[in-house]
Amino acid sequence: MIFHPTILALLTASTLNALVLMAAALFAIGLLRRWNLADGSPGQVILERRTYLVSTAVGLVLLVQFVGLLLFVYNAERMSVLFSGAMCATGTLNVNGYGWPTLMLKMAGVFLAVLWLAVNQADNLARDYPLIRRKYALLLLMAPVFLAEAILQALYFLNLDPAVITSCCGSLFSDAGAGVASELAAWPPRPAMVVFFSVLGLTLGAAAVLWRAGRGGALFGVLSLTQFVVALAAVIAFLSLYVYEHPHHHCPFCLLKAEFDYIGYLLYGLLFAATGYGLTAAIHHHHGRLPSLSGVLPALARRHAGRALAFLLAFGLLAGGIILHSNLRLIQP
Amino acid sequence: MIPLARQRYLLDFTVASLLRRPGRNLSLLLVYTLVVFLLASAMLYSQALKQKAAALLQGAPEIVLQRLEAGRHALMPADYLERLGRLRGVTQVQGRLWGYYFDPAIGANYTVMVQESADQAAGDPATDAQATGDPGPGQAVIGVGIARVRGLAPGDVLSLRGYDGRPHAFDILRVLPKDTELTSADLMLIHRQDFRTLLGVPEGHFTDLVLSVRNPAEVTAVARKIAERLPDSRPILREDILRTYESVFDWREGLLLALLAGGVLAFLILAWDKATGLSAEERREIGILKAIGWETGTVLRMKLWEGGLISFSAFGIGYGLAHVHVFHAGAPLFAGVMRGWSVLQPSFTLTPQVDPLQLATLFLLSVVPYTLATLVPVWRAATVDPDSVMR
Repeated sequence: MIFHPTILALLTASTLNALVLMAAALFAIGLLRRWNLADGSPGQVILERRTYLVSTAVGLVLLVQFVGLLLFVYNAERMSVLFSGAMCATGTLNVNGYGWPTLMLKMAGVFLAVLWLAVNQADNLARDYPLIRRKYALLLLMAPVFLAEAILQALYFLNLDPAVITSCCGSLFSDAGAGVASELAAWPPRPAMVVFFSVLGLTLGAAAVLWRAGRGGALFGVLSLTQFVVALAAVIAFLSLYVYEHPHHHCPFCLLKAEFDYIGYLLYGLLFAATGYGLTAAIHHHHGRLPSLSGVLPALARRHAGRALAFLLAFGLLAGGIILHSNLRLIQP
Repeated sequence: MIPLARQRYLLDFTVASLLRRPGRNLSLLLVYTLVVFLLASAMLYSQALKQKAAALLQGAPEIVLQRLEAGRHALMPADYLERLGRLRGVTQVQGRLWGYYFDPAIGANYTVMVQESADQAAGDPATDAQATGDPGPGQAVIGVGIARVRGLAPGDVLSLRGYDGRPHAFDILRVLPKDTELTSADLMLIHRQDFRTLLGVPEGHFTDLVLSVRNPAEVTAVARKIAERLPDSRPILREDILRTYESVFDWREGLLLALLAGGVLAFLILAWDKATGLSAEERREIGILKAIGWETGTVLRMKLWEGGLISFSAFGIGYGLAHVHVFHAGAPLFAGVMRGWSVLQPSFTLTPQVDPLQLATLFLLSVVPYTLATLVPVWRAATVDPDSVMR
């Protein structure tokens, strides 16, 4: 299994990412201890110069992480033919216990990197590096996540045993079984839709308020994250049913198949973009109170909120379109 | 300045600066392109082979049943067909006759097979061999590989020695179409009587049985039932064959990539070295840029643009060349490793395609390591002190 080219690429990418972040974390420890802007010593100058290297490297890590996440899911989808019982990515991820944790950590990695780049962008706007300590403290938090992801992913791929009969999406995301996935699948469509569209509406409202009036950043941040989780739950609970036009097929991964016009990539892409911009807007708004950033950052926060609003709107319209366009009717009017 | 316009001016400047040192950048581009070309060729070729195999297996029977004797494949007595009886979900059961014939003239094995429609096998006189285009007694249909190596054309006579030493002559009825060559290069189709006298398979025996199952979800259940009724037989599922092909080609491709990893590593060292060894002129240029007010970040971005431009050119050219190599030139560099080592080598055209999974894999295996390898040298160059280089 290990000689599968995409697996080789994913292992290389994750290892490089983890190594870069471990090196950056070591640098962060030194920086947190010795950083003093008032000091004009050579040590401080070297530290300042190295921050350029680190921020460029983390930018690259984000790019790789993003491509890696896409490739991981796409590859899981492709490899499902290799395992008996697997019909889509769900089955491949189920082959051993490391699949799902790897996917979760990969998603966490993407959002952490987005968060870091947002703080970095704000920090670079001011002359006095107002956020540098927070930025590098955050980096210390990120490094273990990326390291754990690289290790779990390696364990996942090393333990892929083609002889294992895995369970497909039909049994994991069924309304009869136990566990979170089944609970979500068993969520009746009417309350699920009410919750999904209410949270979406609230988030849209908060985005609009932040965009037009420049207020409510923290609320919008919280709502953005909540919306993300609720949206994923909604995909399992009812959105997937409308796409497949089947009342019991709750799989969130079959959406990525060609049979359904790869609609999953669009749906998840819009959701990730909306959440990424939402988090960025919220964090910018929060840091806009700092004296050296108060001139530029609030405006930037509002711009990002506007983008988050656009992506959220597109996501909501797509979800609504799927429901209206489908031949399946879960709710009688 | 709007960020986008700023990036565009920076890109303009970078292109001009790259063109000012054509020799150095061209050599790097050349090696980079070669690396991408090799990686992409290996990946494209195996992907195309996998698809070809899958397409060919589409028409294969869902289950092949073999009898085992002392753990080895043995002939299947015809009464097994009755012992099997009717199985729910199975639309058709048929005995097959096929085997290998070693031709000492060219030192290769032919796959000899009897092809006949179901009615004909059941002895229905209404459908005789000529009407269906299948070979009659004393006739043979051969694959392109045999035709090529033995220099045969329809109408020629092929003479083979039977299992008992007696000669058999076959009129070549026709040559199989070229688009099935991956599986039919070494194939020879003959009549069932000829088959039995040529290879010594007694009447009342088949090589194996094939079963067609309409619903793919029932295949495993049917296989289980067969194993219960005929304990000395082994069902082979089409899905299993497909899976085996998939992993064999994956494995070969991965092995090739692992071998190429040495080349990639050497390339990374070259890239690192090139990026580190800034010429005095370049250092002065950066020094001057910084002296006239460029920030470290801007210089860094320019240098990254430089790497990015080289990467994208190399990636595009290398992938394009690999495409031509694999789909139009028949992949002469890798064919031996990926395809196998048979004497009757099939030659076939693959369907050109571009796969996003492959592009992303290639990107992670080439561009990302390159960018990381050049990151530190680029940063060193960008943080150089203006006064130290201009003095």
